[in-house]
Amino acid sequence: MSATSSPHLPVRRSVGGVMARVLAALVPGIVVYVLLFGPGVLLNIALAASACLATEAAWLAARGRRLGAQLKDNTALVTGVLLALALPPLTPWWIPVLGGACAILLGKQIYGGLGANPFNPAMLGYVVLLVSCPLQLSLWPAMAPIWEAPADSFQQLAVAFSGDWAARMDAISGATALDALRSGLADGLSRSELAAGGVADLFARGHAWMALAWLAGGLWLLQQKLIAWQIVLGVLAGAALFALPFWALDPGSFASPAFHLLAGATLLGAFFIATDPVSAATTPKGRLYYGLAIGALTVIIRNWGNYPDAIAFAVLLLNLCVPIIDQYTQPRIYGGRRGAEGGP
Amino acid sequence: MSGPTLLHRSDFPGGLHLEYHKDLVAGAPIATAPIPPQLVIPLAQHVGTPADPIVQVGQHVKRGEDIGRAHGYISLPVHASSSGTVTAIEERPVAHPSGIPARCVVIDTDGEDAAAEPEWATIAEPETAEPHVLRDIARAAGIAGLGGASFPAFVKLNPAKPVDALVINGAECEPYIACDQALMAEEADQIVAGIRIMLRALDAPECLIGIEDNKPQAIAAMTEAAAADARITVVTVPTRYPQGGEKQLIRTLTGREVPSQGLPLDIGIVCQNPGTARAFYRAVVHGEAMIDRVISLTGLAMAQPRNVRARIGTSLGWLAGQFGGFSETPGRLVMGGPMMGIRIPDDGGVPLVKASNCLLAMRAEDVRPPEPAMPCIRCGACADVCPAKLLPQQLYWHAKAREFDKAQRYNLFDCIECGACAAVCPSHIPLVQYYRFAKTEIWAEERERLAADAARVRHEERQRRLEREAAEKEAARAARKKKASGGATAEDDPIARAKAAAAARKQQEAEPSADTDAQPAPAEADENDPVARAKAAARARKTAQTETAASSDTAPEASTASDDPVEKAKAAARARKAARESSADEASSDAATDPVERAKAAARARKAAQAEATTSSDTAPKAGGDSEDPVEKAKAAARARKAQKQAAEATPAPAPTDGDDTQPEDDPVARAIAAAKAKKAARNASGEGGGA
Repeated sequence: MSATSSPHLPVRRSVGGVMARVLAALVPGIVVYVLLFGPGVLLNIALAASACLATEAAWLAARGRRLGAQLKDNTALVTGVLLALALPPLTPWWIPVLGGACAILLGKQIYGGLGANPFNPAMLGYVVLLVSCPLQLSLWPAMAPIWEAPADSFQQLAVAFSGDWAARMDAISGATALDALRSGLADGLSRSELAAGGVADLFARGHAWMALAWLAGGLWLLQQKLIAWQIVLGVLAGAALFALPFWALDPGSFASPAFHLLAGATLLGAFFIATDPVSAATTPKGRLYYGLAIGALTVIIRNWGNYPDAIAFAVLLLNLCVPIIDQYTQPRIYGGRRGAEGGP
Repeated sequence: MSGPTLLHRSDFPGGLHLEYHKDLVAGAPIATAPIPPQLVIPLAQHVGTPADPIVQVGQHVKRGEDIGRAHGYISLPVHASSSGTVTAIEERPVAHPSGIPARCVVIDTDGEDAAAEPEWATIAEPETAEPHVLRDIARAAGIAGLGGASFPAFVKLNPAKPVDALVINGAECEPYIACDQALMAEEADQIVAGIRIMLRALDAPECLIGIEDNKPQAIAAMTEAAAADARITVVTVPTRYPQGGEKQLIRTLTGREVPSQGLPLDIGIVCQNPGTARAFYRAVVHGEAMIDRVISLTGLAMAQPRNVRARIGTSLGWLAGQFGGFSETPGRLVMGGPMMGIRIPDDGGVPLVKASNCLLAMRAEDVRPPEPAMPCIRCGACADVCPAKLLPQQLYWHAKAREFDKAQRYNLFDCIECGACAAVCPSHIPLVQYYRFAKTEIWAEERERLAADAARVRHEERQRRLEREAAEKEAARAARKKKASGGATAEDDPIARAKAAAAARKQQEAEPSADTDAQPAPAEADENDPVARAKAAARARKTAQTETAASSDTAPEASTASDDPVEKAKAAARARKAARESSADEASSDAATDPVERAKAAARARKAAQAEATTSSDTAPKAGGDSEDPVEKAKAAARARKAQKQAAEATPAPAPTDGDDTQPEDDPVARAIAAAKAKKAARNASGEGGGA
């Protein structure tokens, strides 16, 4: 259909523009990331984004589609960057490449491309890597502020291409706060010791600073009305409210709501991952429920699951539930009636 | 003093802020446009059935003279906007989303602008006049809503239930359009006078006038003009698109919501445009028909943007030329605003009509580029701005997939086509186009379904008839056996006649191509034609009776009944109804040339023939020559059957029923269609109010 009927005004926004602003909102977090953990993440971003773009281009070309508009929409770029941010900063080079290719192929293009994918592509790629290469995804370097040893930081980049990656990683890896919580409990560390760590531990290990930087970028996206506030609020409230009673009853065994909000990828997930519009719920109420469930599920998996972080699984599980959430959360339209009639 | 009882400030959901550009025309007062050398006056300027032209080419007409008569209830007359000579009544390009030309009366003006006598008596004291008199004037003067939807005003002034309040929609929320704004600022007294007459016509206790807060001059003038009447309250409403949507403004002013797919009247409210109120006043007190309106000539490509009062039928392109033309070649010309307006040809060669509130000349760089849309990313920006709180993306998915039932479940018909969703879609999907497409398809399906229902009923009747005929045949065979043994001879013996008829029918059923040898009649070329077969049967029956009726040329005319399949279906249905209801009387062999009449007569005749056939064993037939003649009846039956068959064949093909001019009261199907049409018209009217 050609756009010769009303409305006649041009639309200022575009998909590419929206995605570009999402990327811009990630910049503060990436800067903090690089400062605290070295430039490894930049290498991952470059590799993952290139893999995403190359895979998308190859697939579109194979399908005989227009390359220009689709590649310029920046969606593959966002997928690559989010995937890279979910990975540990120092991984073998083929990890982000494989992840990017999986994200675009399995997460997006096999469903028909942009707008048709039921799952968050970046998280799908991440989970493929997590279940396929658990070792490479579980070793995080200890925080090494770039200003303390800048030369070391850049030498670390070589780790990604070295043949004896595992050995070299052993030397520099350190447990994340979530790892510490889990392994600490497993090691029979006294719970009061862990509780003493908590949020302070998060800042000490660097992850809380990154979380605050994601928060800054995310708030800007909210202010620009580029992401659904219901999802953001839902994830944060879901995580905090679900963590609260367990922590209140048994603070020795369970982390506090503040810890859950600042740890791992909670804030990155709330603002940048769960809000991926294509795979999220679409009704206003549905988005709130979608977010609440992601937040609660994240805490559940962290407390009782086998994986240290849980945003990716929580998001993918809720992606599965989107059709039924949308079905039963139709808004009441102007004029009284409920939205689409219930029932499939 | 008690304040307005219905006023309850509220807010409508969604909406968005736009760049308004209303100041383009705000500087100068309303100018009066010259009378153009030629007027092109469409016969359909309102929601509803087009008017019928009542002038001839070559006829001289005066200003205000009726040139088109209202057809049906939801319709309006059309008047000559100036004096001159009718030079053509033909299809001309008009502003319509489809781009399809429409029937217009073309008048070459003589420059005299001589006025005709008004066709109604003016009323000096309208507030004591009878409401029905006022309504009749609103109709006779051709007053349509001037907000853009052009719903006949008299229909809304004739409520079926008590009215709590009249709402005057002065929001004028679309960018650029500023004609109501100017009218309210300059002619507030006349508008208020019109409102008071409307209150009288409606017997309504109060009036709320909603005006967006970016029109301070209009608010001030209207407040002053309405100060003397405690029933009228001017309410300043926030500037937000589409505040001027009828349903949105009602929500803002009263907190009430028009029920889904309902009308404002359902909640005791009638909504009118200020220009309509002024026109009503001019008609009642000054005897002026609706022959002109104020239009905003505006846009960033317009050399001298201006509000002008111009005659209905003036070419919009010519009108722009009279006021400085364009400052640059416009990228697009639009009748109406940028959100809901209709694109018109680049030369502006379409006439100004009652709905023309704006001629917008857009700069090329301001026009939505014809780029291909990106896929929907389900971002929900559309849902955030939807003033009906719909889920536009779901509607889009289902419209695109042609899942119209699902689109309806997502309340497609509550969409007012305001364009807010399409104006924010980052994928640049022409959403409104998809919704219009889906609505059009659904309407077509609805018509198809109605026609199919009719076809089903017809089929069942046919089955019954065939069974009856089989039984008849059986009886005839039994009679022949009896005759063979008994040797009855009388030619007018009913048993013999029935037997012969059955035999003839049997023959033509068994070997349909074999019946030509004996018949030199004109229709024989079509051997497989059931009509021809039926005629043959009728002829055989005739032969058996040795009667001398000579007519064998009647069948083909049934096929000329109409070219419109829906028309035919309806005619057939009506005929059936008539057959059911009427006893076998007055079967007219001279049943006029009207195809409907003919079909009805045919059906009646068939019924008669059937009745005759089933009772023929105990009823002696009369001699031929009168209308009870069984030959005539059989022929009529054949005709009816042919019409039926055509109708049955034609039912799958939908056809527009706009402009349909049959009498709906004859037939439940036609009545249902008419009802659906009226409802649709009403819905359109309320939906398109967003341009107000």
